[in-house]
Amino acid sequence: MSHKYPSFLPRERSWQPEPFTPGYKTTVARSPRQALVSLQRPSTSERSGPVFDGLEIGQYDNDLLMNFRTTGMQAGLPIGERIIMHGQVIDQFGKPVPNTLVEMWQANAGGKYRHKKDGYLAPLDPNFGGVGRCITDAEGRYRFRTVRPGPYPWPNGVNTWRPAHIHVSVMGPSISTRLVTQMYFEGDPLIPICPIVQVLKDPEAVETMIARLDMSQSRPMDCLAYRFDIVVRGALQTYFEE
Amino acid sequence: MYSQYKLQDDSGLLRETASQTTGPFVHIGLALEIAGFESRSDEIWQNLAKDGAEGEHIELVGHVYDGNGDAVHDALIEIWQADSRGNYISEFNNKNPFSGFGRSACALDGDFHFHTVKPGSVDFYGKPMAPHVNIAIFARGINLHLQTRAYFDDEQEANNNCPILNSVPSVERRKTLIAKKEQGGDKPRYRFDIYLQGDNETVFFDF
Repeated sequence: MSHKYPSFLPRERSWQPEPFTPGYKTTVARSPRQALVSLQRPSTSERSGPVFDGLEIGQYDNDLLMNFRTTGMQAGLPIGERIIMHGQVIDQFGKPVPNTLVEMWQANAGGKYRHKKDGYLAPLDPNFGGVGRCITDAEGRYRFRTVRPGPYPWPNGVNTWRPAHIHVSVMGPSISTRLVTQMYFEGDPLIPICPIVQVLKDPEAVETMIARLDMSQSRPMDCLAYRFDIVVRGALQTYFEE
Repeated sequence: MYSQYKLQDDSGLLRETASQTTGPFVHIGLALEIAGFESRSDEIWQNLAKDGAEGEHIELVGHVYDGNGDAVHDALIEIWQADSRGNYISEFNNKNPFSGFGRSACALDGDFHFHTVKPGSVDFYGKPMAPHVNIAIFARGINLHLQTRAYFDDEQEANNNCPILNSVPSVERRKTLIAKKEQGGDKPRYRFDIYLQGDNETVFFDF
C-alpha cells in the first residue's frame, strides 16, 4: 500500500556528481553512458526502506578509540589526534532524521587502512581498526570518537593525494534517501586539489562535505571536536489515499 | 544553526549532502568479513532468509562488469525486497526468519551472492508490479550509487505486465533487468550480471 510511505523530493542530479568525471580516472570505465530511466511515480519499492532497531549495536561500535584496542603487549590507545566527530542527520526541510543507521570507516593517523588490499607503506596501528556505526537519537544526532585520519597517496595522477577524510554512510527513512559520502576537515589544503572532490561542479556542494571545528564540543586536555551535519532528501508526507 | 549548512536553494530548502565514491576499501565499513575483520555483535550481510522463512528460497548472484568487460572486484551490492507475500518488512532483525535488506560484495570470486526468498508481487497504484529485487551498486569509480532492479525470467507474464518494466523506453534494454535462472546449487539460482557501461549496459533508475 503506497500511502503508508512518504515520497521524497527528487534528487538534484545537477548538484550531485555526474557519473563520468575523467579527472577521477576510475570513473571512465565505470560510468553508465545511457540516460537514467526516471520513475515518474515512485512505487512502494522506492519509498520504503529498512529500519535498524533490531540490529544489535555494540557498546564501543561508535568509539574507534576503544573498539580495536589490543590487550596484549601492544595494549594502548590509537596513535593520532583524538577527535569527536558528531552532527545531526536532517532532511532538506531541516527535519531531524531519528533512529537511522550511520556508518563510517577511515584510514589510521598515518593514512593506512586496515584492509588486506591497502599496500601503502605507512604502518598499521595495532590499536586502531577504523570502523564505526551508530543509530541517530530522537533529534537525529550521532557521535563517534576516533582519531583524525592521515592523508595518503593513490594512483590517479603521478602524485595524487587524498585529503584526510572519513567515509560516511547513512540510510535515512527509505532507500530513496540512501547516501554515502566522505567527510573532510575544515582548512585542509588538499581538498581543492583532490580529483575525487573535483567531481563536484559546484563549490557549495563541496562545502556540504567539510566538517567544521567545533570548540563547543571539544574536551579540555582530551580531544577536539568536528561537526558534520548530513542532509538527506526531504520527505513529503502524503495523507491522501492513492 | 547547522555547521556547514547555511546552504539553501531559492525555495529555502537545504541541499542534499554531496555524494562521494565508497572507494576501494568499502569493506572495512560495510562488509567487514571481506576486509579481514571479525564480525561485530551483529552484521548486515548476504543471508536474508533463514531456514524458517516462508516462500521459495533462492540464490541471487551476479558479476559487475565495467566498460572494458573487466569484473569489478571492489563493488558492494545492497538489496531491498518484499517478502514472499509482497510485503515490505521495514524491521531489520537477524533473529527474524526473513529480513528484506542485505549486503554482499564481489571480492571473493567476483560474484555477489545473496540467499533470500523470491519476493511476491507488490502493488503499484492498483496494478501489480512483477516480483523484483531493488539493487544499489557502490564501488570505487562510482560517484553516486547506481540503482536498478532484478526481475525473474520465469515470471514472463508478470514481467510483460509490470508498469515499471514497461516504463523503460527501450524494449531491448528491458532485458538487462531480467535475472536468469541457472542450473546448479541446492536451490534455484538466478544470475543477474550488471553491466556498468557498453553494449549491454544495465538500465539504471532515477527515483
